[in-house]
Amino acid sequence: MLALEIFMVALGAIRANLMRSALTTLGIVIGVSAVIAMVALGEGAQRQVQEQIERMGTNVLTIRGGQRFFGGVSTGDSQDLTVKDAEALRDKPGGVLTISPEVSSRVQLAYLRWNSSNDVKGVWPEYFGIYNHTLEYGRFFTQGEVKGRRRVVVLGYGIPEELGTPAEILVGNTIQISGQSFEVIGILAEKGETSFYFRPDAWAFIPTSTAQFRVFGGRGQRLSSIYAQVPSAEFMDQAFANIDQVLRREHRIRPGEDVDFSIRNSSDLVATFNETTQTFTLLLAGIAGISLLVGGIGIMNIMLVSVTERTREIGVRKALGATRRAIMLQFLIEALVLCAFGGLLGVIAGFAGARMMTEVANWQTVVAPSAVIMALGFSVGIGLFFGIWPARRAARMDPIEALRYE
Amino acid sequence: MSDLIIRTEGLTKDYVLGAETVHALRDVDLQIEQGEFVAMMGPSGSGKSTFMNLIGCLDTPTAGEYWLNGAPVSELSDDQLARIRNREIGFVFQTFNLLPRATALHNVELPLIYAGVGAKERRKRAEAKLDLVGLMDRMGHRPPELSGGERQRVAVARALVNNPALLLADEPTGNLDSVTGAEIMRALVDLNADGQTIVLVTHEHDIAEYAQRQVHLRDGFIEKDFMKEHAGVDA
Ligand SMILES: Nc1ncnc2c1ncn2[C@@H]1O[C@H](COP(=O)(O)OP(=O)(O)OP(=O)(O)O)[C@@H](O)[C@H]1O
Ligand SMILES: [Mg+2]
Repeated sequence: MLALEIFMVALGAIRANLMRSALTTLGIVIGVSAVIAMVALGEGAQRQVQEQIERMGTNVLTIRGGQRFFGGVSTGDSQDLTVKDAEALRDKPGGVLTISPEVSSRVQLAYLRWNSSNDVKGVWPEYFGIYNHTLEYGRFFTQGEVKGRRRVVVLGYGIPEELGTPAEILVGNTIQISGQSFEVIGILAEKGETSFYFRPDAWAFIPTSTAQFRVFGGRGQRLSSIYAQVPSAEFMDQAFANIDQVLRREHRIRPGEDVDFSIRNSSDLVATFNETTQTFTLLLAGIAGISLLVGGIGIMNIMLVSVTERTREIGVRKALGATRRAIMLQFLIEALVLCAFGGLLGVIAGFAGARMMTEVANWQTVVAPSAVIMALGFSVGIGLFFGIWPARRAARMDPIEALRYE
Repeated sequence: MSDLIIRTEGLTKDYVLGAETVHALRDVDLQIEQGEFVAMMGPSGSGKSTFMNLIGCLDTPTAGEYWLNGAPVSELSDDQLARIRNREIGFVFQTFNLLPRATALHNVELPLIYAGVGAKERRKRAEAKLDLVGLMDRMGHRPPELSGGERQRVAVARALVNNPALLLADEPTGNLDSVTGAEIMRALVDLNADGQTIVLVTHEHDIAEYAQRQVHLRDGFIEKDFMKEHAGVDA
């Protein structure tokens, strides 16, 4: 009952100073919207990284050949990875790895009067599983087709367009790769561009054997990498050890000697990137939080002015029987209403800001409900924190002095 | 005596200003009965306002005792005093002290809000008091839209709205011309005729003449205290 009346009184005071109240609230609006937009930006980046992980395959190890070192000094001859290495890794007893070698070269693709220059990858069928590829049309090639060095090709999602032909027409037809006829047996589903050097939509996939012996010629003997998928993160250490052991044997490297290959964990890269994103988000949210704090100080400032300005009113109310609590509530509610209203507007503005960043700058943003609740709660908290001191000052005023105030 | 509204014993108020102490009120013993109309008089600085603030529970004495309606109030807490101001006392100030942005009606409703009276009942009672002071047709006006006399009548209506035991007026005609002042005084006389206890502070002898009893202060002491019937004889 009394609380409602006091609430109305507080609203009345805000209405009476509408312009000032609006400007004060603006600080909170900006603070809250900044927090929401920044956190949305961070969440968006996080989400993007997540999607990237899935596209690049989870728990995939990339093995590359390299210089042979002895005691930290290059011995001069470099050792390449071979299909035999890949087979040895695949055939290791009790092994848990899914393996695919890769040979890669940029060659000419042609269909009727269209042609384009693309990266062609010679891989095993396991490759598609490692990178979570799915089919838009047709099928993947088989182990049998690898053994038979068959001229079959699975095209990345973007290639039909480059060859000026709809995917459904291209499937089952023959295209020329480096002047040789290949049957298009499948078209992959879209992956989206992840990075400059990882754009599977523009790649064509043929069996490793076909690539090495029929298309790439001499330069095709050299594998660009071997991919190994580990079933789950717990097997990671074991996987590293197994690869090390198998390749040392294959390359005749004695224990203690430096190896001539490198193993890179794709998840490591992603984890590092994730960490960076998180730090970045925290930093942005921190800066936005400071603006919210400044908004709160603005509220306190204006509440102090309001209390001083209305000293006489406080005196009158006290003379007429307002208790300390009633006066305190009046000013606290005023601050809270300003902050809550500012918070609400800020949430709306934050949504709009996040939306705009997506539309204009093409940055992915995700407005998490938790961020909204946090920002709203925070703004009300700021109202309480910064409103309480002016309200106490008002409540403790001496009625006679307040009445005498000019 | 059961119908004693105000009883003070040795009521004292000192103001300490640095090294100097101002004795605003010294050892004042005063009794005011139910239904009395008392005028407090005295030169400027004699302690009249100080006395009013004390008996109005706006201030607490440095020493001495004060009973309002037989209950001791010298030792009450801030909030208890607020409650007494709300229920037992009505104030009329020289400078009106209305809320400038609120309507006459809302100004009169204020004490009822702090008394926890519901909106409907509040409006009814506030309207009745505005009617009593003859301002029914000015209910929706804000103080800046009212004349000085009208403002003071709103203030009187506000002071009366909780049916207080005691109406206190500190120079209520101080900011009014003599005609309007007389109007307010007649309103107070009417209220007193209906049994309202009134204590009034004034400088002017003709204003004091409206009261039945005059108490004169000087330097914080009671100098004179007499009933009107005897006034002509003594003075
Ligand atoms: N808050 C205060 N601090 C210090 N001294 C005060 C305070 N209030 C009043 N006084 C002093 O107490 C004395 C009595 O003041 P009071 O206001 O009661 O006088 P008054 O009789 O009402 O005078 P006036 O007729 O001018 O209104 C004066 O000397 C005044 O200066
Ligand atoms: Mg005075």
